[in-house]
Amino acid sequence: MIILALVFYVALEMFNDSAESRDKFGFGFIFSSEWNPVKEDFGALPFIYGTIVSSIVALLISLPVSIGVAVFLSEIVHKSVRTPISFLIEILAAIPSIIYGFWGIFVFAPFMRTTIQPMLESTLGFLPFFQGNMYGTGLLTASIILAIMITPIISAITRDVLKAIPKSQREAAYALGATKWEAIKMALLNARSGILGGAVLGLGRAIGETMAVTMVIGNKAQIVASLFEPAYSMASVIANEFAEASGSLHISSLIEVGFILFGVTFIINSLARLLIYSVTRNA
Amino acid sequence: MIRIITVLLLAVTLISCGEKKDVSVKKPSSGGQLNGAGATFPYPIYSKWFNEYAKINPEAKINYQSIGSGGGIKQITEGTVDFGASDSPMSNEEIEKADTKNNNKIIHFPTVIGSVVITYNIPGIDKNINLSPEAIVGIYMGTIKKWNDPLIQKENADTKMPDKDIIVCYRTDGSGTTYVLTDYLGKVSDKWKSEIGVAKDVKFPVGQGGKGNEGVTGLVKQLEYSIGYVELVYALQNNLKYANIKNKDGEFVSPSLESLTNAADQSINEMPEDLRQSITNAGGKGSYPISSYTYLLIYENQTDAFKGKILKEFLVWALNDGEKFAKDLGYAPLPPTVVAKALEKVNKIKY
Repeated sequence: MIILALVFYVALEMFNDSAESRDKFGFGFIFSSEWNPVKEDFGALPFIYGTIVSSIVALLISLPVSIGVAVFLSEIVHKSVRTPISFLIEILAAIPSIIYGFWGIFVFAPFMRTTIQPMLESTLGFLPFFQGNMYGTGLLTASIILAIMITPIISAITRDVLKAIPKSQREAAYALGATKWEAIKMALLNARSGILGGAVLGLGRAIGETMAVTMVIGNKAQIVASLFEPAYSMASVIANEFAEASGSLHISSLIEVGFILFGVTFIINSLARLLIYSVTRNA
Repeated sequence: MIRIITVLLLAVTLISCGEKKDVSVKKPSSGGQLNGAGATFPYPIYSKWFNEYAKINPEAKINYQSIGSGGGIKQITEGTVDFGASDSPMSNEEIEKADTKNNNKIIHFPTVIGSVVITYNIPGIDKNINLSPEAIVGIYMGTIKKWNDPLIQKENADTKMPDKDIIVCYRTDGSGTTYVLTDYLGKVSDKWKSEIGVAKDVKFPVGQGGKGNEGVTGLVKQLEYSIGYVELVYALQNNLKYANIKNKDGEFVSPSLESLTNAADQSINEMPEDLRQSITNAGGKGSYPISSYTYLLIYENQTDAFKGKILKEFLVWALNDGEKFAKDLGYAPLPPTVVAKALEKVNKIKY
């Protein structure tokens, strides 16, 4: 109950403190792409876009990898290998996000620029997502860093869910002549609600991630189709500008961005719950 | 259930009230630690100063939080710290707000000089390139797109500038560094002033942003044919290449501790009475044009006599003896002319 009150209080406080910006820009704030602290003209669309796209791309990359890792660890490999590997993967979750950020900008971004981006352009370049300037930093780089960060969470949860499926089910599958792959497929199918729950947790982390993203995303408030181009996220703009924001409208607008971030997290979580519900209803 | 929670909450409230009272009683008797907050740029020299000064005056326990210039101005306005620090002087409105709120008068004390250097990554060019203010404005406004643009090439006659696109990098977090650069660009170009403006964060029409000096450095180091701007201290520590900038008198000056002190010294005649001066675009021989003072912000009437006395004595020490630590840490010391003006201001502090 206290937690509920706290969540409500935080939302209310952000709503109140953003009054100035809401009065001035109204709903246009969500649909405007202009962000100019000097002229005090603010709109949050590029940040909303950057947050949602980077998180969803991160999830798309991370989900198959995480499920693969979980299946490998819980179903295929022997215990003597499982323990050290799962330990290493869990360590990935313990690395501070600023370390990911520095690694991203000094090691991974150059690798993106020289290797991954040219490769993507030559193979998938006909799509608008993989064209344009190759800086190394940008939306795709941020998504991949995020994917690395959320993989341990999703794979750990998936592994636990797979573990929770009774052994007798698998034995029954084998008894009916199923191959190992078919038995795994059945286990995954039964575990799908848990796996989706893990994905939602991972997505939540990706949406709120600040430091690692801001180091590699390029921090330019723009909306372009190409994933190579620099973008900006909601958490990053708050972290970058709040400390030195001087005008009250600027501060108020940043708080409104925080409020929208709150709302986006809420909506995406609700949608995900709905998805889980609709998937499990027929089970 | 609800009753238990209410009782618990009440208990917590009561306990915390009790604690607060304890603290407020203790504070005066604890020897009076001084608290300050503000700019990150001078943090290394300030901590050195507080450290060295505590050796001379063991009573002076000064604590400084480097939370950023904006935060320093906010906290001194709210009266939550004993002194503030900022890379850019407070605006007239900010001063008025602080003065009326605390029924006091804020004084600006310049302490050291910092500067912004233009750094770049052009493969095959090892010497420092020359840049004119028009070229910098053009690059950051997006009108100069290539390194071999005539505006850049003509100032670098002995070097063949490459026919490559310029990748522009800027600071994305609000910072004094961006303020000093835009202040300079606003002075040399009216178009910049009206279209982009002068602020701690502005909307750059081209390029991408890095977070902090380290973020911009990271971008410039890994992107070939890029340009960015960082603090001089940072460039020196990281062996970055930086450009010589053409000053008001047409001389190309390399950023160095001497050329910063020169810029301050040659602008002394225009220094206003309250010492809030922008020394960007300084003229004169050997003056680097993108430099600025960093300030301590202190109220004229100190309510706590003990703290007031320590602050005053500390300022006298810092301006006289403290300046000699500046060079080793990569800051340009104030010229003696400015030290004299600042010392006059110290006398105004009353307690």
